[in-house]
Amino acid sequence: MNVVVCVKQIPDPAAPQALDPATHTLVREGKLILDDSDAYGVEMGLQLAEQSGGGDVTLVSMAPGGETSGLRTALAMGAAKAILVSDAALKGSDALCTAKVLAKAIERAEPDLVLAATESTDGYTGTMPVQLAELLGMPSVTFAKKVSVASGNVSVERQTEAGYDEVVCPLPAVVTVTAGVVEPRYPSFKGIMAAKSKPIEQLTVSELGLDPAGVGANGASQEVVSVVAADDRKAGEIVVDDGEGYARVVDFLDQLKLI
Amino acid sequence: MSIEKVWVVAEVNDGVPTTTTLELLTEARSIATTVEAISWGPSTAAAAGVLGEYGASVVHDIGDLGDALPGVPVAAAMAELVASEDVPDVILVPASYDGRDVAGRLSVRLDRSVITNVVGLTADGDEVRSEHGIFGGAQVVTARFTGERPWIFVVRAKSFAAESSGGAPAQVVELARVDAGAVDTARVVSRHVEERSGPKLDEAAVVVSGGRGLGSKDNYAMIEELAKLLGGAPGASRAIVDAGWVPYAYQVGQTGKTVKPTLYMACGISGATQHLVGMKGAKNIIAINKDQDAPIFSVADLGIVGDVLKVLPKLIEALRARS
Repeated sequence: MNVVVCVKQIPDPAAPQALDPATHTLVREGKLILDDSDAYGVEMGLQLAEQSGGGDVTLVSMAPGGETSGLRTALAMGAAKAILVSDAALKGSDALCTAKVLAKAIERAEPDLVLAATESTDGYTGTMPVQLAELLGMPSVTFAKKVSVASGNVSVERQTEAGYDEVVCPLPAVVTVTAGVVEPRYPSFKGIMAAKSKPIEQLTVSELGLDPAGVGANGASQEVVSVVAADDRKAGEIVVDDGEGYARVVDFLDQLKLI
Repeated sequence: MSIEKVWVVAEVNDGVPTTTTLELLTEARSIATTVEAISWGPSTAAAAGVLGEYGASVVHDIGDLGDALPGVPVAAAMAELVASEDVPDVILVPASYDGRDVAGRLSVRLDRSVITNVVGLTADGDEVRSEHGIFGGAQVVTARFTGERPWIFVVRAKSFAAESSGGAPAQVVELARVDAGAVDTARVVSRHVEERSGPKLDEAAVVVSGGRGLGSKDNYAMIEELAKLLGGAPGASRAIVDAGWVPYAYQVGQTGKTVKPTLYMACGISGATQHLVGMKGAKNIIAINKDQDAPIFSVADLGIVGDVLKVLPKLIEALRARS
């Protein structure tokens, strides 16, 4: 079974983040890393491909400047190859545009299963995988906390407001996974070395058969009007616990008339 | 062109619209004169009274979807209705599991992009502006659509207060289900409800949440006990839900529940963006965490820098003594 895993390379979320004051897009300077949310899809893909007894995992990603550092991490985990759509025209793309670009790239890999995170850590729009499924003409199951494949169907435990549903769906399909779905492996030294020579096919928007004028900020049909600091909550009183910290909590609960 | 008609994707369980549905209907009334609901399920007709009371003049009822996941059939029926000349200016969709599926599918069928994670809306003449918190809510982004209508906004729970307009019951109009073919093949084979006792997490006046700082699953019992002593609901960070300590129904945050209680207690939770967006609206916040640099302290009214495993037993004992 061939699995495509959609991955995003993002600025390190632990580092300070900022918006570009002119374009209102996230500043993406410095090294990009594999979005932590995507490691679960990569791991799930590797396990499912292995269990099926053949086939492999192809990463599909998009970046305006040819960045590959995050892809190497996922290749080091065990993915066989990557397709990277890289084009300066992609800067400022909205989720629908991203889905259109990724759909074109994914079609080339002819996957049985497409995996993605439920949402990215930096933009968390959370609709791209379903838009992708619709463009690919595939069914989709979102918010998977358990995934298995048998006799041409994917079975998913899908989170719901009340608990979870067991959902079955014929392949090919798009499934979005939560962070609890599997425990991602750490790349081994051997994996890291092997990743350096694994193929990353780089494609431009025109090479995918799309019009560069219709993607990126030009193709987006939404814009940011303004960005202002929130009326933020002020940090309150901070008490270092000396064994009596609980008593301050009791006083606070008293003030609120909760006890 | 002013904003005339808004559709609200209305989720109904056992004949009762969800609270978020009522919030969206309320907000829709302040954007446009005509508000209509799109709904599905075996019990939509029973909800027509309440949907009307909150502002819907019509409910387009797709009917019982059986065991199909709602995303595809709901979006397909809505797209068909748009194609039949009935074009709304704005479509409001709740940021729920099924709501996000509907929005994604509809976006492609109508070839319109979506704006998600909306926490505020303002109609201003010919346009609608949406508000979003970013970087854990430290900054507010205002956005708008520049393309053709309808504009699809996916709105987070508790962004607006639900208020009745005292309207008459909505007129139920059947909306035919369309054959969507291969994309509509995901089927629910069984549904599992993970029961919890006490007040509902998103309605409780007090929420006590635990995170990784608890160290182990067994220690979550302290969170449950504390919640019980305060008449509140226990909650959790994504980290411990993903670790399997508690069910997903307990999760507070971006991919979980949004809560706005009188008091939120975060115990052993660092306060990642993912968590902050789900609880920052609480009136009062108490945080207990070992790491004095944890982001949770930047929103806490009272922060205790200390080990939850030492502070909580004493706190529980003190509260027991008073009850």
